[in-house]
Amino acid sequence: MPRTMLDKIWDAHEVAPGLVYIDLHLIHELSSPQAFGALREAGRKVRRPDRTLGTADHSVPTDGTTAANLIAQPLARRQVLALERNCEEFGVPLYSLGSGRQGIVHVIGPELGITQPGMTIVCGDSHTATHGAFGALGFGIGTSQAEHVFATQCLPLRRPKSMRVVYSGQMGRGVTPKDLILATIGQVGTAGFAGHAVEYAGPVIEALSMSGRMTICNMTIEGGGRSGMIAPDETTFDWLRGRPGAPADFEAAVEIWRDLRTDEGATFDREVHVDVSRISPMVTWGTSPGMVIGIADEVPDPDALDSESDRAASRRALDYMGLRPGISLTDLPLDHVFIGSCTNARIEDLREAAAVVAGHRIADGVRATVVPGSQQVKAEAENEGLDRIFLDAGFEWHHSGCSMCGALMEEVQLAPGQRCASTSNRNFEGRQGHKSRTHLVSPAMAAAAAIAGHLVDIRDWSAEHATADHR
Amino acid sequence: MRPLTIVEGSVTFVDRDDVDTDQIVPARFLQRVERKGYGECLFYDWRREGDLDLQPNPVLVTGANFGCGSSREHAAWAIDDFGFRVVIAPSFGDIFAENAAKVGLLPIRLERAACEIVAAGGSVRIDLPEQTVRAAGREWSFEVDPATKYRLINGLDDVAITLREHSGAITEFEAGHDLRPRPVTTAL
Repeated sequence: MPRTMLDKIWDAHEVAPGLVYIDLHLIHELSSPQAFGALREAGRKVRRPDRTLGTADHSVPTDGTTAANLIAQPLARRQVLALERNCEEFGVPLYSLGSGRQGIVHVIGPELGITQPGMTIVCGDSHTATHGAFGALGFGIGTSQAEHVFATQCLPLRRPKSMRVVYSGQMGRGVTPKDLILATIGQVGTAGFAGHAVEYAGPVIEALSMSGRMTICNMTIEGGGRSGMIAPDETTFDWLRGRPGAPADFEAAVEIWRDLRTDEGATFDREVHVDVSRISPMVTWGTSPGMVIGIADEVPDPDALDSESDRAASRRALDYMGLRPGISLTDLPLDHVFIGSCTNARIEDLREAAAVVAGHRIADGVRATVVPGSQQVKAEAENEGLDRIFLDAGFEWHHSGCSMCGALMEEVQLAPGQRCASTSNRNFEGRQGHKSRTHLVSPAMAAAAAIAGHLVDIRDWSAEHATADHR
Repeated sequence: MRPLTIVEGSVTFVDRDDVDTDQIVPARFLQRVERKGYGECLFYDWRREGDLDLQPNPVLVTGANFGCGSSREHAAWAIDDFGFRVVIAPSFGDIFAENAAKVGLLPIRLERAACEIVAAGGSVRIDLPEQTVRAAGREWSFEVDPATKYRLINGLDDVAITLREHSGAITEFEAGHDLRPRPVTTAL
């Protein structure tokens, strides 16, 4: 019987009915301390330290602090030091603050080549779906489940339902993978993927780079799904070849990986089609990722919605965001621009932003920050001179971490009422600080917004600025 | 984990859809390394702003897609630590529902109309062995996965169950599985 990629990976990892073997457990300081604590209390060990890897990302300052004991904020220091102690005690390899391989957990897994097709990958972080871009089954888990993986290398799970999102059509100018996934979430809703493992497919996906594929899989959770995946192909194999974690006999592994793709004729529990030619550069207007419009569209009117609960949510969001129905988002002055996060802080994202920034200055009154996805991305960007482009334009250039995406550290939180264009993944109330207002956009849109001081339609931008430069 | 069989008492109603885990426990409280004491962080910003007067009751009723967003188990810990034993909603975020059950908090899916009746009724009786919710003279049955039900009723720890029942199978599986090309994190 024809099988989906989900079925193939699941079947290859079922130890007993409903018990799934985990190939890679990624950990970080935020969701692991209580799991290690429980392990210690019960006198248990980490069963497979060689299938476990830690990094510090959520609670690290990105100002160049080089060691955990130098972190100024006491709670963050305690948390990163606890991670170091726990990894030492349980024999888990760790790239902590100060390591050249430190970075956001979902950036460093692929970068090290330990995210590979056909694997099951978990992490105490909902954006673990990112790893699905390689044809792996990656999903976020809670702390109790992390403890379970530590102790048994398995998880009791029910097989999710399967769903395929097929993209077709021609991507318009200025439209990026971030816009595709934002538009998809707008189409299916923030619970549209709930209960499903999503496979993204179609010619548009096949033409994307690994970076773009990661951006799309990353935001599966914003549509309510725990895992998103894309069939591995030559793009995937080329990307992995030569990385530190790549298999010794690479070509033999590729032969196995080629069989992972969904069989012809396999059926999905649900299938959705997205015509990308209808998608424009997207921006969120509200307080959930599904509250999203094309940059040229007007802020929607709550009264036009069908249900009372939707109308209430929409009014509340407008009020929180300081917006009125019918206005254009390009008219709003911005306080901050953030380019970073596991969604959009890989080298390709920084190149996309730098191409827009080059030769310009950020607008007066705007603070703009770039936080590379990993220390390796940072080094690569510096090698290409991207840091100079950003610094010359007035951006701040940081070390790697989650920074203003999770906004755990006080120094990266916006003040109440401040408005930020952000390449991250969540625009929830208070996400970037108490009463903060977040507009999710692509790296190019964020970069242009920093220079203009307000959101702009990137499609107009290129033309306008080419003219300006010419003058 | 405390066993959970019958829960009876008053209801607290948070009448909103899509309550995300950033609202349940704002991110700035996630830096603690302990598991206890998160009750004081529950819906912190809403309570601070006076948007929500959260009464400590055994049952919380909420809108649809409750607990969407991040995987932070702190959200379930906070609800549990505040004193709730059961959360009733039309639907839940997948990860939240799983986390809740792991910490001994029972998530129950009921249709919106039923949720509203339960919330308005003021008091409720939940019978996990019978899988029923009774309020305002009405009764609804709810779905729960048999393994989760068994664990909750007996207050059992998942890890202990897996180790007791599957240790041999895991070792046997690994012997074959380790032959496949798999990255070794200790050899990078």
